[in-house]
Formats: sequence, C-alpha cells, structure tokens
Amino acid sequence: MSDTASIQPKQKNITINFGPQHPAAHGVLRLVLELDGEVVERVDPHVGLLHRGTEKLIEHKTYLQAVPYFDRLDYAAPMNQEHAYALAVEKLLGISAPPRAQYIRVLFAELTRIMSHILNTTTQAMDVGAMTPVLWGFEDREKLMVFYERASGSRMHAAYFRPGGVHQDLPQALLDDIYAWAEQFPKMIDDIEGLLTDNRIFKQRNVDIGLVSKEDAIAWGFSGVMVRGSGIAWDLRRNQPYECYNDLEFKIPLGKNGDNYDRYLCRMEEMRESIKIMKQCIEKMPKGPVHDTTGKIVAPKRGEMKASMEALIHHFKLYTEGFKVPESEAYACVEAPKGEFGVYLVSDGTNKPYRCKIRAPGWPHLAAMDHLCKGYMLADVSAILGSLDIVFGEIDR
Amino acid sequence: MADLNTLEDNLRSEFGPAVIAAQQMLGELTLIVSPDVLSRLMVFLRDNPKCRFTTLIDICGADYPSRAERFEVVYHLLSMHLNHRLRIKVRVGEGQVIDSVVPVWPAANWYEREAFDMYGIEFRNHPDLRRILTDYGFTGHPLRKDFPLTGYVEVRYDEEQKRVVYEPVKLTQEFRKFDFMSPWEGAQYVLPGDEKAAKPAGAAKP
Repeated sequence: MSDTASIQPKQKNITINFGPQHPAAHGVLRLVLELDGEVVERVDPHVGLLHRGTEKLIEHKTYLQAVPYFDRLDYAAPMNQEHAYALAVEKLLGISAPPRAQYIRVLFAELTRIMSHILNTTTQAMDVGAMTPVLWGFEDREKLMVFYERASGSRMHAAYFRPGGVHQDLPQALLDDIYAWAEQFPKMIDDIEGLLTDNRIFKQRNVDIGLVSKEDAIAWGFSGVMVRGSGIAWDLRRNQPYECYNDLEFKIPLGKNGDNYDRYLCRMEEMRESIKIMKQCIEKMPKGPVHDTTGKIVAPKRGEMKASMEALIHHFKLYTEGFKVPESEAYACVEAPKGEFGVYLVSDGTNKPYRCKIRAPGWPHLAAMDHLCKGYMLADVSAILGSLDIVFGEIDR
Repeated sequence: MADLNTLEDNLRSEFGPAVIAAQQMLGELTLIVSPDVLSRLMVFLRDNPKCRFTTLIDICGADYPSRAERFEVVYHLLSMHLNHRLRIKVRVGEGQVIDSVVPVWPAANWYEREAFDMYGIEFRNHPDLRRILTDYGFTGHPLRKDFPLTGYVEVRYDEEQKRVVYEPVKLTQEFRKFDFMSPWEGAQYVLPGDEKAAKPAGAAKP
C-alpha cells in the first residue's frame, strides 16, 4: 500500500464552486461540485439567493393584490402562474371564468408556453456553444411580448389573469395579429431546428446526457417535459383538463430516451402544438363577458361607475377591502411550460389568504441535480442544467 | 366523486383510528393522520394497487398558533397511474419530530428542508436537514405567523469596513397593517380610552 502511494502522487477529489454569478447558471445558482478529475462525484446546489419571501408577502395582501407576485415567480412564463392562482381562488369561491375568458386564458397560456420554450431551447443551445438560435428566437419572443403589452399593458408582469376572469377584453385587431403571427411562426421553428436538431456538436453535447429513466422521473417528483421526455404520457391539459382544453385538439409529444436531446425535441414539438391550440382558440373564441359580472369579485368598469351608484360602491369596496373567500382550502394546478405549477391556498374566511404554498415545477427538478449529474463530466453539468429548464424566480420564491 | 369515497373507506379500514379525520371538499380528499403511522401510511399509499401515489407533488408546512399542536405538515400526492390526488395532513407541536419520507420518495428531501427552514419542523432520519432558502447564518423561521413581515435584520455593503454588514431593520415609515374587516360585519368600535369607562357586567344597556 505504501509502495503505490510513493509511486503515484496522492489523488484527492477537488471541490469547486460554480456560480452564483455564472452565465450558464440561468440566474443565481451556486453549485458546489466535487470532482474526481473531470468526473462529477457530487453536486450540492445552494439555492435561495433570490428568495424574496413571496409566500409570506401574499399572506399580507388581499387576494387581488397577490396576483402580481405570480408574474415574478417564473418570469419566463408569467401568465401560466397567474392562471394557477386564479384557478385556486375560483375553486375556493365556487365560480368559474366565463367561456370567452377561458378561451383568452388558454390562448395566452399557450402563447406564454411558446415564450418560455423559445427561451429555454435557445439558451440551452447557447450553453453548449451555439449563439445564433438565441438571436433568432428572441426576435419572435419580442413579438410575443408586444402581444402581452397590447393585452395587458405590460410586456412581462402582466397581472392579466385575475380571479373571476381576465382583466380586459381583447380587441379583434389583436386576435387577427396573433393569428397572423401564428401562421408564420412554424417557419421560425423550422429554421431553429435546422440549426440544432441535426447539428453534430449539439447532438454530441446532448444525446445520452442527463438520462432520466421512467422510475427516476416519478420517484423524484418530476412533471412536464421532464416526464414526457422519458416517455411517460402525462400532461395535465389532457389528463386533468381545466378551462376549455377539452374542446381543443392537440397532441402530446413524448420522448423515448429521456436525455437532454429528447427533452429539446419535446419542447420544439410542443411549440408547434401550442400554435395549433392558439389558432383553434382564435377561431372558436365565443362572444360574451370576460370576467365575473356580479360585481362581487371583479370591480366594474369606469363607464358603469358614472351611471350606477351600486357599481361605484362595488368598485370602492373591492379596491379597499377586497373580496372575502369562504373558509376552506384548495389545490389548483396547471401545466406550466416547466411542469406542474400548483397553488395550495388556505383561506380563513377573510380577505387575505391564510397560507399560500407555491409548488414550483423547477424545485424537484433542481433537487435531483445531484442524482442527474453523478458520473457525468463537468462540462455536462451546464448542459443538464440547461435542459432542466430552471428559472430562479420560481425556485427561490 | 365515487372513487374518492372508496379511497377514503379503504384508508380508514386499513389504518383505523390513526386516521384522525377525513374531509372531502371542493372535489379534494384530505386525511388528517397521526404522525405515528406516517411512514407506514406513505409506503402503503405508494405501493398499494388501489392507491399508487407514486408522485410526491409537494410537502409544505402551515402555522396555526392558536392550536395546541401548532404546525401542520401537508403532503400533496398524485397518482399518474390512476389519475387521482390526495392530501395528507399531520399535526405536530413545536419541538416535536416527525418521520421523514425521503426513504419513500427521494423528492421529499428538499421539500422537508424547506419546511424545516420556514417553520422549524424537524424530520427524523432526514439525510441532510439544513436550511435551504434563507441566508447563510440566518436565525428564525420566517413563515411562522409570529415572525414579522419585515424580518429583524437588513443587510448592506459598508464602504468603510469593505464588507457586507447586518443591521437591525430600520423602517422610515412604520409598517402599516390595515384592519379590513368590514364595519358592517361585526366590528368593535373601541376608541382609545373607552376601556376605562367599561361598564360593570350586568349594567343596563342604553
């Protein structure tokens, strides 16, 4: 034993620090990596550098004031989160959004899914060395943000899906423009796929990297593309449909191998399906109100307040005291671009939530980082991280 | 919801008095169970062919200071095979330790760390129970109801000491907590000083 020790220099694992400021960390992630040469032995993610105490803040806000916090969780896909919250509050109140609001919500939820997937697939490509897809993808992402702005007044932090419906109706011109955009966008997907899908370097960096078996995907609590990439047919839009997803036709793309590359292909295919859903929404969009019209949940419009004393009272009450929610608790979830985004709301009968737990899809994905990276090379860590689709707003909350 | 009823009956017959209460509201089934059977229950829920809750969706704490057993640990489970959901609640007192479910679902690791960080609930046999979201060296458990929204310390970079320093929170304006309870629904109009003029019990009302 002592002989070999004298011949070979003593080998020790090295521990390196990755982040918190690192371009491939997708935000503020600190990873403590233990390496044996170039092989990763252990990954210890340190999260919480973006912790803002969202859940605590929501406990001190009325139900309406809590909406904007949801935009700031996964800032790559704001409206999907508002959606889960709106559904949770509506479940507690025992109401549902009117048909037109449901179609508008689904339209924008899918539009948001495309926004998020553009960001993820192209930055994943950037993590492994490709620069062009980001520049191309962001051109269309910018157009989507303009649609956001035209609908809600804000490019990102929309606060558009509110308990009871959506904030405002969409003008026909906006629907026409979204339709026209949806017509031409598949060309852009083709272009980006032309750069990446058969690209030798991209495949070398992603095929058979970050393998997730079906059993692992379930045991680690994965959802969204992380389970579909491994071949599990699970999508809340299909399996536990909410809003008007039952009336729409779309396919659920599945991966075969559960590696980074399959997840990339799933996301690309999901964008094409989202385009189909958006077109159907615009074609089938019913007429009618876009939010609850009883005046007890959603404040009346300014025009009504000029003519009706009752409307004025409702407006005043809703923007000072807010509405009260019966004492109960509910869990509502949506298929966000990153997986199952859920909101567990406990109401004590007042105008503020007693407890609001946000179940972020990225949380269990990042928790499995140690399991996923073990045995891969150091350079694969950033490729795997890119394919998990991590956004720190929702993980740190 | 017929299948929730059968699920509830199955679990009640299997675990008997350890199921303290079961509620069905808004199409969701909630079981409140005793912490003693937690590990056995979770393994049963995962493996029993009529349950198959193989996915752990969420674990979170909740604080109810007025109760004798102050905290609640809430588990949200999902079965992708049978397409149903279940909520399990365990009530724990301050300083009480409950079993970790990491052996059942590895996903529980971070969720339990979060519950520990936010509420100070401890989990027995957790492989690595340390803080997760709060700052290095943080004290207190921020989601407890008795923890103030503003916190206790604030942080800034000190130019003279050339490092980050922690100081007690200074608010330029006092934190305002409005009483939103509607005056039409049972508000007590107590003006400062009114309590001195409190009438003895039994005195005739005006």
